[in-house]
Amino acid sequence: MTDALKLTGLSKSFRVGKRSFGAPWSYVHAVQPLDLTVKTGETLGIVGESGCGKSTLAKMLVGLLPPSTGEIEIEGAVLDNADPAIFGKRIQYVFQDPISSLNPRKTIRQIMEAPLRRLHRLGKAERAARISEIFAAVNLREEFLDRYPHEFSGGQAQRIGIARALAARARILILDEPVSALDVSVQAQVLNLLADLKQEFGLTYLFISHDLAVVEAVSDRVAVLYFGAVVEIGPAREIFANPRHPYTALLAQSAPEVGRPISAPENAGVELPDPLDPPKGCAFNERCAFATDRCRRERPALTGDRGGREIACFNPLDPAAEV
Amino acid sequence: MTGYILKRLLSAIPVLLGISVIVFAIMALIPGDPATAILGSYATPENVEKLNRDLGLDQGFVARYFIWLGNMLQGDFGRSFALNRPVLDEVLDRFGATLILAGSSFLLCSLLGIAAGVVSAARQYGLADKAITFAVLLGISIPSFFLGMMMILIFAVQLRWFPVSGMWPIYGDRNLPVLLDHLAMPAFALSVVATGVIARLARSAMLEVLRQDFIRTARAKGVNERRVIWRHALRAAMVSIIPILGIQAGFVLSGAVYIEMVFQWPGVGRMLVDAILKRDILLVQGGVVFIAACYVMFNILVDVAQALLDPRIKT
Amino acid sequence: MTAFLKLLARNRLALAGLVMIGIVVLLALLTPLLPLADPDVTRTADRFKPPFSEGALLGTDHLGRDLLSRLLWGTRLSLAMGLAAAIIAATLGSAIGIIAGYFGGRTDNIIMRGVDMLMAFPYILLALAIVAALGPGLMNALIAVAAVNVPFFARNIRGITVGIAHKEFIDAARLAGMRDREIILGEVLPNVLPVIVIAMSTTVGWMILETAGLSFLGLGSQPPQADLGSMLGEARSALITNPHTSIVPGAMILIIVMGINLLGDGIRDALDPRLKSGALSRPMAATTVDRQGAVPAARTDSLLDITGLQTEFRVRDRQYKAVGGVDLHVKKGACLGIIGESGSGKSVTALSVMGLVASPPGVITGGAVHFDGKDIVGAPYEVLRALRGRRVAYIFQDPLATLHPLYRVGDQLIEAIQSHESVPRSAARARAIDLLKSVRIPNAESRIDSYPYEMSGGMRQRVGIAMALANDPDVIIADEPTTALDVTVQAQILSVLSDLRRERGLAIIFITHDFGVVGQLCDSVAVMYAGRIVEQGPTGAVLRNPQHPYTSRLIDCVPTLGGGQRKLAAIPGLPPVVDNLPAGCAFAARCDKAQADCRAGQIDLLATGPDRRVRCLFPENVTEHSI
Repeated sequence: MTDALKLTGLSKSFRVGKRSFGAPWSYVHAVQPLDLTVKTGETLGIVGESGCGKSTLAKMLVGLLPPSTGEIEIEGAVLDNADPAIFGKRIQYVFQDPISSLNPRKTIRQIMEAPLRRLHRLGKAERAARISEIFAAVNLREEFLDRYPHEFSGGQAQRIGIARALAARARILILDEPVSALDVSVQAQVLNLLADLKQEFGLTYLFISHDLAVVEAVSDRVAVLYFGAVVEIGPAREIFANPRHPYTALLAQSAPEVGRPISAPENAGVELPDPLDPPKGCAFNERCAFATDRCRRERPALTGDRGGREIACFNPLDPAAEV
Repeated sequence: MTGYILKRLLSAIPVLLGISVIVFAIMALIPGDPATAILGSYATPENVEKLNRDLGLDQGFVARYFIWLGNMLQGDFGRSFALNRPVLDEVLDRFGATLILAGSSFLLCSLLGIAAGVVSAARQYGLADKAITFAVLLGISIPSFFLGMMMILIFAVQLRWFPVSGMWPIYGDRNLPVLLDHLAMPAFALSVVATGVIARLARSAMLEVLRQDFIRTARAKGVNERRVIWRHALRAAMVSIIPILGIQAGFVLSGAVYIEMVFQWPGVGRMLVDAILKRDILLVQGGVVFIAACYVMFNILVDVAQALLDPRIKT
Repeated sequence: MTAFLKLLARNRLALAGLVMIGIVVLLALLTPLLPLADPDVTRTADRFKPPFSEGALLGTDHLGRDLLSRLLWGTRLSLAMGLAAAIIAATLGSAIGIIAGYFGGRTDNIIMRGVDMLMAFPYILLALAIVAALGPGLMNALIAVAAVNVPFFARNIRGITVGIAHKEFIDAARLAGMRDREIILGEVLPNVLPVIVIAMSTTVGWMILETAGLSFLGLGSQPPQADLGSMLGEARSALITNPHTSIVPGAMILIIVMGINLLGDGIRDALDPRLKSGALSRPMAATTVDRQGAVPAARTDSLLDITGLQTEFRVRDRQYKAVGGVDLHVKKGACLGIIGESGSGKSVTALSVMGLVASPPGVITGGAVHFDGKDIVGAPYEVLRALRGRRVAYIFQDPLATLHPLYRVGDQLIEAIQSHESVPRSAARARAIDLLKSVRIPNAESRIDSYPYEMSGGMRQRVGIAMALANDPDVIIADEPTTALDVTVQAQILSVLSDLRRERGLAIIFITHDFGVVGQLCDSVAVMYAGRIVEQGPTGAVLRNPQHPYTSRLIDCVPTLGGGQRKLAAIPGLPPVVDNLPAGCAFAARCDKAQADCRAGQIDLLATGPDRRVRCLFPENVTEHSI
């Protein structure tokens, strides 16, 4: 099986603030240099809290943001040219906010036709045929085509967003929090649709979410992001059941669950570090119960363990230990 | 805060330079020989030649600009040929009158406008709101020069409440009551449009703020409604009202030109119009640069007020 | 487009403006065809004829020229000038603004620096400078007015464009292979166009005034040709002796500009989507009450007893029944969860208690809220105010939006205390510090002087909680207080709330859409759907053995951690819109057990066991008495 997506040393930093008289610019490292592969046909879940860099990563993968360093290899071909039109045929994006991702002044048909016309140069009849095909696949009625986005509910709009991504015939979809704007009853509909489409078209997914349970339910593997870096990757069914990085454990413990008593899983008051003044060593050390002097000095690299897991931690939790 | 003020003052330098470039460039549009344009067609050849030398008119555009700028920095704005006196002296003489007129108008329109806007928003769709909205509509639709003329007809000629025009009586004392007597009509006429604009924008800013969550929070904690409106809402609304005040100050200063014409007020506006009609180019140039510079300084004050109000504007 | 015209026609003032301006434009267009005297022929013998004289309907001016003729020709000229200036300024300014806003970065920086320079002039100075250079004259005045207004359009349109350029549909267009030029013309422009039209319609009047102003000063149209401004300017010297020569052109300017302003406001209102939904009205101090029928008595002697509460939103001629008859009660020290999806009415129920539903458009139309035995729906404002924050306090969702951005958190806490108690500031401050400590904010002594923007989301929500605690209330209503927070922070906040509740014996109404949170915090839970409670009971029992099909399907929809990769159960269809609720069960259309009876009529909330009630004809799990 080939890799659908291979990232090598990919990173992004943003210049922030104003420079006063010759002082160097300050940078925020939204994504630290990162290596990651997604196998064809796989769903890789990416989970992390706000500000962990997951959306920045996603935007780089489709060419909407040029990376600061590193390269992106899609289906074996290196893309050094940050032109979304070239990316567009291989990899597409489904946005978090389904309504704002549709131009309010265009009909659904105009929105659907754009990728067919620009990326594939299809004629009018071919476009119509292709659109009916896709609409059938995402369970949307064709009478919707001549309506405007504001006439749709969030769930329907998200289906349209997915249909648009499929129209480009990309085999890789970046799903950026595709269900977090939706109500739970609708969320399940969309997640199931995504699973069906994956089967039908042989798609590869990169599924980004802050919701652990959703990520676990849809992913083959999960990568946990903290402060712009991957801290742990592993098979979905094991990573939260048996976390090895203390941050993964904290996340799993924090997810509210029926029947578990409330307990503050860490020192009250400690939150994300300041991106303008990042901590030395491991970014998690201030919140970690197991931090040692080494954690405060050095930054741990992502290393593999025997169980197919990769962890960036000097003192990983015992794989057998209970959460 | 001092740091912020210093920074704003420093950032005014490129703006002032920009203003001088724009004015200079516009003046370079004057067709024909600049010296003749400045001195008028009856100028002697000697005078033309002297002026050409003084202003570097025989040199290129850039060189001329720097000579002009250098002279200005030394306080030499040139000489008005029509009045035969230094431009700066004339501008400074006239500026005081404009400042009194525009300043009092600006105070009037700020206070009235904000108060009207707040009341209007707090009583949306009520009688007060409707009355204010109508008055505002009338205010922003009437040309200030026409309003001024009508006021003269009614309040000076018919009712004899105020003097017809001028800043001081030709004979008699020059004291504050006399000044206020002369100032009342022009200041009011000048403030009407700006009051209307400020009231409108203050109303919509207040409506915007009153829908914010933090207003609901204030109400939920039992703060009384008057305080909610005049403290919580108005303070937040001021963040968008203050820049409007800055812009409106420019409009008041602009409107002063008309009002000075109508009321024979001895200010810079009238001076400029006369200068244009007499083609007294150096006086126009100097006057425009001087007033624009004052306005830039005023806007720094506005920015400082904004920074005092909103802690999120970092120094 | 037809919808736009309809909206415009509904606005009576705009219609009046349209009629005014329509007549003026018609007259201006017909001027060359009308039997008028030559406007420029002077007849000094006939000077200063008063209005309604023989042969001169509006009289004559100082040179004996016919005023009516001059007025109409002048109107024609003024209108043309103003319109031309507006079109030139709008086109140039918008183009500059769109380019700056769309490309951003350096392009934006350079362009906007230039625009700022131009805006650093009081506008007339620039116009005067241009006229001074080009010489007085009609065309030059036009150029000056247009040039002066370009920066206003540029800045305005740039702001709108920046907002649009960061929308996700622009990214989507890029991914669909569209180039910058296509995106600007195809995606950005259609969204900016209404704003350009609004800006133009509200500035045309202004431009007419400005061109007339320059002519008034003698810098615009040159004699003998007249526009309205120069007519007024020439008449000025005869103001006192022959006022009609001034009043005629002045009144015409007033009519034109007023008509345009009325029409412009109408266009703005019709094009602004926020105004369509009535969203620009400000909420009043307390929700409007319009109760029909008798006020129900309290059903229990609980601290807070809500009976038959009905709240609706009245937008135009539609009525959205957000809360359609809710009964709830909270005992001292108990924690009640209200769970539901968006639009289920859970937040509106909670806000109705203290009259905090935004009104307009919200109206409480029925039911009663008894607090401590007294009905407080429609109570005088001062009664409500005294209860708010003192006996019943709220915690809201987004802690950044709910704290005042310009006041220090300490001042906001102190205000909460002093609103109900006259304590000196120093004592109030000491109490505020204690409150911050009680929600476990580190360094409370220094944090009290922070502004909300200086704090993280979790810290801000702690301040929100501290503020709710300020007057030792009996009930706290928490409206999705952790929804905007990350999971690890949410866990911290929940733990603070849970501890405080135990320490202080607080009653809590906790509104959420998250079963996990309800399960961890609440003693009992009410499930809401389409504005009504469909199921109610002790939390454990409801979550383990849901009796309403909606509750049980909804629980199945939610993935829980530890289940591994799987297919989720889903509920087909969408919740009904509450302005058009079906008869009978609102869930029937989505329910696989629905029968004809379900759609027939009102279904009551019936007891199915101790403390358990369900609004369903065919409840599930009822036979099991494992409650």
